[in-house]
Amino acid sequence: MVYGTFDLLGAQAAPPFSSALAHRLRPRRPDRAVMRANSWAGRAALVLAPWVLIVAIWYGVRASGLVSPALVPAPHDVAAKFVELMRQRLAIDILMSTQRVFVGVALGVFFAVPVGFCLGWYKGLRSFIDPVINFFRALPPIALIPLVIVYFGIGEIAKTVILFYASFFAGVIVMYEGIAQISPIYIRVARTLGANDGEIFAKVIVPLTIPHILTAVRVALGVAWATLVASELIAAQQGLGALIQNASSFFQLDIIYVGIICIGFIALAMDLALRIATRRLVAWQDRLA
Amino acid sequence: MNPGDAARLYDEPHINPSWAEPVRIRFEHVSVEFPTAAGPMKVIDDVSFEIQNGEFVSIIGPSGCGKTTLMNIVGGFVKPSGGQVLLDGRPVEAPGPDRGVIFQEYGVFPWLTVRQNIEFGLKLAASRAPVGAREEIVTRYMRLMGLTDFADHFPKHLSGGMRQRLAIARAYAVKPQFLLMDEPFGALDAQTRSAMQDLLLEVLQSEGKTVLLITHSVDEAIYLSTRIVVVTARPARIRTIIDVPLDYPRTPHTQEDPRFATLRSEIRALVMEEYAAQARQGMRIGD
Repeated sequence: MVYGTFDLLGAQAAPPFSSALAHRLRPRRPDRAVMRANSWAGRAALVLAPWVLIVAIWYGVRASGLVSPALVPAPHDVAAKFVELMRQRLAIDILMSTQRVFVGVALGVFFAVPVGFCLGWYKGLRSFIDPVINFFRALPPIALIPLVIVYFGIGEIAKTVILFYASFFAGVIVMYEGIAQISPIYIRVARTLGANDGEIFAKVIVPLTIPHILTAVRVALGVAWATLVASELIAAQQGLGALIQNASSFFQLDIIYVGIICIGFIALAMDLALRIATRRLVAWQDRLA
Repeated sequence: MNPGDAARLYDEPHINPSWAEPVRIRFEHVSVEFPTAAGPMKVIDDVSFEIQNGEFVSIIGPSGCGKTTLMNIVGGFVKPSGGQVLLDGRPVEAPGPDRGVIFQEYGVFPWLTVRQNIEFGLKLAASRAPVGAREEIVTRYMRLMGLTDFADHFPKHLSGGMRQRLAIARAYAVKPQFLLMDEPFGALDAQTRSAMQDLLLEVLQSEGKTVLLITHSVDEAIYLSTRIVVVTARPARIRTIIDVPLDYPRTPHTQEDPRFATLRSEIRALVMEEYAAQARQGMRIGD
């Protein structure tokens, strides 16, 4: 068990030697404001470093001549294309894709939470439902597209169904694994304090479930973004997947790059937002990172 | 139960004949069997004894002998396969706020702050504490357990000893008449453990409760209890019940009393015999 067990009283213990001596022994510290600015700049540099490296490798591959420059658009060309597309259709594409992912994940998690909860809670149920869930989870959503077209046509509903499918099964697994790990001691303690079944659900099980719901949303978001292009293969006119599809028909590599980079960065932004929300909502959790 | 049973019960040698205080907890021929792959396994075999009002009774015996199961029956978590446990004359049906339980693994709610943890039981429908008194009760137990400075901290910031104090404060807040403790200080270091024992004695001094403590520390049992029940290796049977002749309030000086040393070697010998019996049975040691 990993617990951050430190006694706050101990942490405030007096220094072992006099302050005058301490002053002489300690190296001179830079001004606080300067330090803060330094650390901020330092952190920004740390965050940017891998991206700078990726762009450098990208230029490097182009310059090396290993790959024909015609097949690898330059990063600055892709950036220029991004600005150009932003003035035309890109904003709408981003909006449509984000909206589809959002609706798919919202619906998927909405149903995954109660289903995952029941599977985690009732062990008997799990033993025969689990294989079914794993069967469907293993099917790549892209393989279902022909069927989805048959049953749901090629409209907005068809795309939502694909994304729902992907996020539902990802969410269910995360939920029930989490619920199954809830320690029964909290329920026992609540009972000895006089809690009835309703109170145990509302005051013990719900708070313990929230971190797992947030994890389910995170996993579902990741899967949904990964599935987006597949879902937009269904005759979409708008969306990042459609942008990539259209560009591939005309061999417009720079546009494909713009589409891919946009998907990556939007997914990154959503994940970041969710991580911040998690830190706020479940501040009580003992975590290693 | 027919009248013959009752007569037989009082004939048993290990039932305290004193009628000075009313009996609060009564074990009547309690037996427990757990189903295993190799058939039913007897964990507790015909245990009968009584705990009177205000007594502090410790159950001591080898690890894995079924001590915790005895406490779980009083707590209402385990139903005996035979016999019954009576609480003020009524058989135990389910857990309830009349019995405060302190578990070995504390069980403080990690999603609630120190204050909210103590308040938990007071906010339930079953709580008899008036709404206006909640704040006062919480403040009182935070002060008593030295948690005031950490009122709004989550348990992840507390040390092991503080978590255990929080668990005790939370159990006390709902004013249980019984305190059931399962190796409550087992996970603490020696200094914290001894400080917690003194704190417990101090709190019990101001609020009398009937206490059942499960422990495997002979010193702890003698230092805290009025009576000590020594149980055998699995299946747990009562080996003997020993009165502790030391006066309250008990202080660290109590441990220097020659009677303390005599009692300690006596009980240690009994417990070691049971460990030896357990080893002979080839049983796995450890709960």
